[in-house]
Amino acid sequence: MTDGFAIDVRGMTKRFGEQTVVNGIDLQVRRGEVYGFLGPNGSGKTTFIRMLCGLLAADAGEGTCLGFDVIRESEYIKRQVSYMTQRFSFYEDLSIAENLDFVARMYAVANRREAVRDSIERLGLAGRQKQLAGELSGGWKQRLALAACLIHNPQLLLLDEPTAGVDPKARRDFWEQIHELAGQGLTFLITTHYMDEAERCDRLAYISYGNLLTRGTAAEVVAGAGLTTWRVDGPELHELARLLRGTPAVLQAVAFGARLHVSGTDAAALERAIAPFRTGHHSWQQIHPGLEDVFIHLMGSSKDNYSP
Amino acid sequence: MSPAKKPTPLSFARFWAIVTKEFIQMRRDRLTFGMIIGIPVVQLMLFGYAINGDPKHLPTAVLLADNSQQGRSLLSALKNSDYFRFVREVKSEKEAEAVLATGEVQFVVTIPENFGRNLLRGDKPTVLVEADATDPSATGNAIASLRTLLGSALQHDLKGPLAFLAGSEGPINLRVHARYNPEGISQYNIVPGLMGVVLTMTMVMITGLAMTRERERGTMENLLSMPTRPLEVLLGKIIPYILVGYIQVGLILIAARFLFRVPMNGSIPLLLLTSLLFIAANLAMGITFSTLAKNQLQAVQMTFFFFLPSLLLSGFMFPFRGMPEWAQAIGEVLPLTHFLRVIRGILLKGNGFEEVILQLWQIMLFAVVALTIGVKRYRRTLD
Repeated sequence: MTDGFAIDVRGMTKRFGEQTVVNGIDLQVRRGEVYGFLGPNGSGKTTFIRMLCGLLAADAGEGTCLGFDVIRESEYIKRQVSYMTQRFSFYEDLSIAENLDFVARMYAVANRREAVRDSIERLGLAGRQKQLAGELSGGWKQRLALAACLIHNPQLLLLDEPTAGVDPKARRDFWEQIHELAGQGLTFLITTHYMDEAERCDRLAYISYGNLLTRGTAAEVVAGAGLTTWRVDGPELHELARLLRGTPAVLQAVAFGARLHVSGTDAAALERAIAPFRTGHHSWQQIHPGLEDVFIHLMGSSKDNYSP
Repeated sequence: MSPAKKPTPLSFARFWAIVTKEFIQMRRDRLTFGMIIGIPVVQLMLFGYAINGDPKHLPTAVLLADNSQQGRSLLSALKNSDYFRFVREVKSEKEAEAVLATGEVQFVVTIPENFGRNLLRGDKPTVLVEADATDPSATGNAIASLRTLLGSALQHDLKGPLAFLAGSEGPINLRVHARYNPEGISQYNIVPGLMGVVLTMTMVMITGLAMTRERERGTMENLLSMPTRPLEVLLGKIIPYILVGYIQVGLILIAARFLFRVPMNGSIPLLLLTSLLFIAANLAMGITFSTLAKNQLQAVQMTFFFFLPSLLLSGFMFPFRGMPEWAQAIGEVLPLTHFLRVIRGILLKGNGFEEVILQLWQIMLFAVVALTIGVKRYRRTLD
């Protein structure tokens, strides 16, 4: 039985013409887990999620989603899954209440009126329920979308960049809500580009050009990359970065605000390589690499399959 | 004026950049390109070959009550004429009435009893021609040619001592009954037809946009992620517009009655039932376009492709029987063609259910085929 897993799939593959967009991805997500799905734009995250909820037919792969066959039983999966699209995809010319009512009808929610009313109250939109969805700001649209996704009490939520274009306060509130819901047993698969959000996930997977490169908890992902990172403070970091990038042991020299993170996989070689630059002009300090260092490293090392 | 504020001079390079870009975009947009090429070709074919304002070979039935040689001469003259195509002989007034009502024939020519005898006695027998004049332009020239035709047909028989009968006033009386629209008022034909044309245009377009709008606004992705079946979505999108269609039907009927004084001889409930089928057929067509089109613009273009032949080949704009066989064959497929026959039949001829049932079947068949294609083409995934 796959009782412990909300998602348990192997070898999921999707091709668009010649292009393999998702290449044999295996993924296990436990029930009640908040699972982060990361990767650059066009890496296949959205395509993978669409295959899970039956929006795209997989070219290969097998497994289960909520115990249903992911290839053949998408009708059943759809009833218990919510997919929140990257772009707001509710009806902008319907009001908040009308949108929620429509979704509730589509899922044949019992006690529909009550469910809609409760949902509006929980949203804190009781006074604005007649407002058209199209008039809402980005943050409110996202809250409406989440409320609509929850109205039929799904067991699994697939959220595709839910916080893109949302202000920091609204993002924080959103994540509070996610963890609260996860505490109640809901499972989340969330794609994001934000590192702080990635760190709030129970586990992560990183996908690039259709290939799954790494997965685990944030700590496991960082440890797995085997990076050594030095932080540099001081003047003229651009020039320093340019010089460092020409050195083989330096895999990346990346600006983090006003600082520079210099990383490599061979600690000893890296230390030798940076020695000539430690002139006292800058302050050098070895640090624990963060997720962002690791992801930049993964992005740089994975091969772009668009290029020959 | 400081040099910095001098207006930017016209640049050929920039102008040419725009021209190049437009050509690239035109080439990428296949459907628009198809329209640019297709519409003139279609129009040329239609206006050049299909449309004939002087329809010939109109189906004609003959009620021959007199078996004289002269009667048979008339019959063979009709058979050999350009304007009339003899399709059948009818045996009674009632049968004559029926073939006119269903539109099977355009004319019934009655050669009365004792025609030959009366002719020879110089009594000038009367030949009755009943014409289906719902579309006055379809019958005008044929009727005009009739007198000459009949006169010359008898010339062969009226030779020698009988030649005096073919005198200056002709050997026979010709009585023409322009049935259903005796005064030849073209509004009687056009206004009911307009109902079908308006419904075709608006119903196809309105549903054509229905699905593409969802796709363009991104709501399709959401809709598909919900547990829906294609038929639920397609029918759900069709039903509201049936109501819209009925509003149009109501408006046009009121205008026809009170502004244009179009006669309403048949049953209005039957007309409303027919309209339901016709509206459904057009909505099904629209929804099918909607599943084929990539965006709203394409849906509008497809509507236009459908509307153009409907307008030209259905018998609305030009007499149906004036078109060559191939054009009539296309016309027979279109629901508007059948709807025009039904609505003119009901309003002007007072047709009942039995007389329009054949047309109703054909409209229904179209609706079912269109909807089936729509359901088949409906993409349940985003692939």
